[in-house]
Amino acid sequence: MPLVEVRELQMHFPLGGLPALLARLRGLPAPVVRAVQSVSFDVAPGETLALVGESGCGKSTVARCLLRLLDPTAGSIRYDGTEIATLDSDAMQPLRRNIQMVFQDPTASLNPRLTARRMVEEALLLHTALDAADRRARVDGVLEEVGLGRELADRHPHELSGGQRQRVNIARAIATNPRFVVLDEPTSALDVSLRSRIILLLESLRARHGLSYLFISHDLATVKYLAGRVAVMYLGVIVELAETGELFARPLHPYTRALIAAVPVPDPDSQRERFVLEGEIPSPMELPSGCPLRGRCPIEQPVCAEPRRSGKSRLGRYVACHRV
Amino acid sequence: MSDLLEIADLTVSFDSDAGEIQAVDHISLTIRAGEVVGLVGESGSGKSVTAFAILRLIRRPGRVKSGTIRFNGVDLGTLSEEEMRQIRGAKIALISQSPRTALNPVITVGRQIARLFELHGGLSARDAHRRMLEMLSLVRIPDPAKRAGQYAHQLSGGMCQRVMIAMALATSPQLLIADEPTTGLDVSIAARILDLLRELGAKTGAAILLITHDLGVVAETADRVVVMHAGQVVESAPVRTLFHQPAHPYTRALVRSIPRVDRTVTMEPIPGAVPSLLDPPPGCRYAERCGWVSERCRIARPPLTRVVADHEVACYGFEERRDAAG
Repeated sequence: MPLVEVRELQMHFPLGGLPALLARLRGLPAPVVRAVQSVSFDVAPGETLALVGESGCGKSTVARCLLRLLDPTAGSIRYDGTEIATLDSDAMQPLRRNIQMVFQDPTASLNPRLTARRMVEEALLLHTALDAADRRARVDGVLEEVGLGRELADRHPHELSGGQRQRVNIARAIATNPRFVVLDEPTSALDVSLRSRIILLLESLRARHGLSYLFISHDLATVKYLAGRVAVMYLGVIVELAETGELFARPLHPYTRALIAAVPVPDPDSQRERFVLEGEIPSPMELPSGCPLRGRCPIEQPVCAEPRRSGKSRLGRYVACHRV
Repeated sequence: MSDLLEIADLTVSFDSDAGEIQAVDHISLTIRAGEVVGLVGESGSGKSVTAFAILRLIRRPGRVKSGTIRFNGVDLGTLSEEEMRQIRGAKIALISQSPRTALNPVITVGRQIARLFELHGGLSARDAHRRMLEMLSLVRIPDPAKRAGQYAHQLSGGMCQRVMIAMALATSPQLLIADEPTTGLDVSIAARILDLLRELGAKTGAAILLITHDLGVVAETADRVVVMHAGQVVESAPVRTLFHQPAHPYTRALVRSIPRVDRTVTMEPIPGAVPSLLDPPPGCRYAERCGWVSERCRIARPPLTRVVADHEVACYGFEERRDAAG
């Protein structure tokens, strides 16, 4: 059974200000931004599922729905069989020790006034009944595990490097022995040499504790290294979902092809596919009818104006394209 | 190709309460006319400080302690501030990492470009406006007439970077310094910005100094690559040589440390961290992270020496291994 099951998740944000006022005066329905139109996926125990896509595709909104930092507009999120999309915050609280998150900005997500030790301990205070001695032992153990020695435990964030700060964030996330951790671009604020070490740390933690990750990223090279399966998002929908090796060897959806082709590779002789989309991502307030890639896709045909297909699943692979 | 820019023995330091931070330490590099040179390294390697030194924009507490920077044979250090201003922007243009903050938020983007033609080209308002629209089409901004009347906040990040490129090229510079021009942009937008830079560089004959930490960007864009580590140049080579026969252990480590989309690799992080630039050790600044280190490396800094034509490396370990191999 999957650990996390997401079905037809939707997240719409109401627009305020002038557009809302004009719509009301005209008797039209209140305008909304459809950040997540309809998204379904599973995360198996011990699996890393990557959610990739460019700015504005809705990947971080999905993450925040899973953590219930947002109240989804519609759809279902099951964690270990329990429906959590509609739980109120009191009912959600006991589950939180199992569902944790590492944020993108290692500095902004730490409290500048607390030491590394204290921040990790806070997670234990909130979610466990450990006494002071046990908490201390657990904090030491977890900091050690993420590669922060005792001499760093009593430092404040400003006394730590960017890589060390992200290690504190990871320590805080795994302190309560969660089963599911959402990683929202955990390496994108880090320098090249630090990035590879954090990637290896995340991978070893997953292997050792059987963690499941939802790894949100726009960095396809890192995704290829870490993820078992990859879901590609565009304008609030998943356009392709496949096993990582398959996806990179044979991307089927035109958006996936374009995305992979755009990553520069450190090989001056590489002969890669040039597959370029027209224009830029449209605003989620003005979604095209039919396929979301309409107007940008190099293999577009009249059929693409028809309502978007829910996608075909074959051998565990999902592709939402009229032309594939 | 003749040398357009020649940096010799440049040292830049910043004074702090704790002491002197040696951000750039006796570096030399040249850029030939029309060439794309990639300047690579981790944060704190001195890439951006080098760019600022070229533009003579190092301000207190920073200071240029030694070295000369010649542009078209003229020592920029000898120019008056007024003469330097004629070069800055007009002959050497800068594209910075955050295009939105580099643009003026309260002037339309069209006006910002047109003003360059008036100031540097002496054109009338009408001609400047026409040239501005030409520039916006050159950098492939759709519907230039509409976009020209908009402000930076109304444009996407990729669009802002196109406007920056249009501004940089408006004065037909001979050297374009692009400091992390695609960092923070989405991959598909970034790819097109790089294509555009390369294409316009070739079209206008401008040389490009491309500063980046992304080896992929360098491989796909640069003709030649200069690798910096902790304020020192460790290797300089044509792009194919650098990726196929890297000589310096740092270059090798850098290439091995990154995940790749094009093949399956075992990623090996570079050991250690960039050393503190506050009273750095006298020898090679990579010594503490290096697998080839010997006593010699800690005592004296290895000089940049020629491997073959156009390929230079600063490493005693490499020399010893090469000599041993005969």
